[in-house]
Amino acid sequence: MIRDIIIKLFTSYDLVAAFGIVALIMLISYGFASAIGQKRMGSAISIVVGLILAYIGGKYTGGKNGLADIEIFAGIGLLGGGMFRDFAIISTAYGAKIENLKKAGLPGVISLLVGVFFSLFAGAIIAFLLGYKDPVDIATIGGGAVTFIVGPVTGTALGASSDVIALSIATGVVKSVLTMIITPFIANRIKLNNPTSAMVYGGLIGTTSGVAGGLAATNPELVPYGAMTATFYTGLGSLLVPSIGFLIIRLIFG
Amino acid sequence: MEIYGLGLVAMCMFIGSFIGRIIGVLVGVSGDVGGVGFAMLLLILITNYLDKKGKPLSQGTGRGILLLSSLYIPIVVAMSANQDVVSAFQGGIVAFIAGGVATVGGIMLVPVISKIGSNKNE
Repeated sequence: MIRDIIIKLFTSYDLVAAFGIVALIMLISYGFASAIGQKRMGSAISIVVGLILAYIGGKYTGGKNGLADIEIFAGIGLLGGGMFRDFAIISTAYGAKIENLKKAGLPGVISLLVGVFFSLFAGAIIAFLLGYKDPVDIATIGGGAVTFIVGPVTGTALGASSDVIALSIATGVVKSVLTMIITPFIANRIKLNNPTSAMVYGGLIGTTSGVAGGLAATNPELVPYGAMTATFYTGLGSLLVPSIGFLIIRLIFG
Repeated sequence: MEIYGLGLVAMCMFIGSFIGRIIGVLVGVSGDVGGVGFAMLLLILITNYLDKKGKPLSQGTGRGILLLSSLYIPIVVAMSANQDVVSAFQGGIVAFIAGGVATVGGIMLVPVISKIGSNKNE
């Protein structure tokens, strides 16, 4: 009886349940992050936990929607679906100033364009070399190498399969985590010690959590400069990758 | 009011997605091409235009938008929790190499492009 009532609660209030579950995942992940002295890795760790839970859910149900295939966690599918994801991403543009884009200046703009296309084609070439032949899959994985948002946005727009979208998210997460780890160690060698190079760095790497985490571990004073250009990166990627990027990729690999 | 913020983002989303879908039809791709990017651009243009006119969004409206943007990472966590990770693992090496090359290559480009900036300033 108790079990039935609990299941009924989770299935009736599925979206509310999803908020609670995600809050719990993030509470544990951020707790773990600060316990190992890497507070800024909290978001990256939460995402990895999400992917692990999706793996467990997929193994358990044999379905394609990870945790959301388990009846009581169905709300995760709604909260993490395309509708809420796009709604939230668009809102992050709020606060970005056109003047700030101008202030970042020529190197900022160049680094944004080079950063998006370099990551896209680096990811695309690797995907092609490792056996992906469909331009939609190649563009989606390349999008993931841009950021873990651009990958699924591209994949959803172009109609890629869920496993390729998951792969593109994993690619973006690898980039984000790796950025946080590598940056402080090679900051001196790439002369990452002034606002201009921080803006260029933000524009080239673009994954907001990776850039903020990497710069914070290098020199906290540089964080706003890197974040300034990185703010535009995911938006620019979401605009360019499924459109011009895909057309170029279809031309080369199609 | 907070709901105006949510409404403004909703409007941007519908207009952006409308443009994206029209482009999708024009280039022969099913679905939405760059709609999210257009919506973000629209939101930036609208808020900057209102700021310039001296009529910025009210605090409440801003809070509505900030509520949404603060849900960005949690939504990404939920998104990652409903992906087909089991299948992705079968090609998992792609994620590590593609993500790795994009990161290391991008970082190596920092001094090259910083140089363009400093030459320009001199």
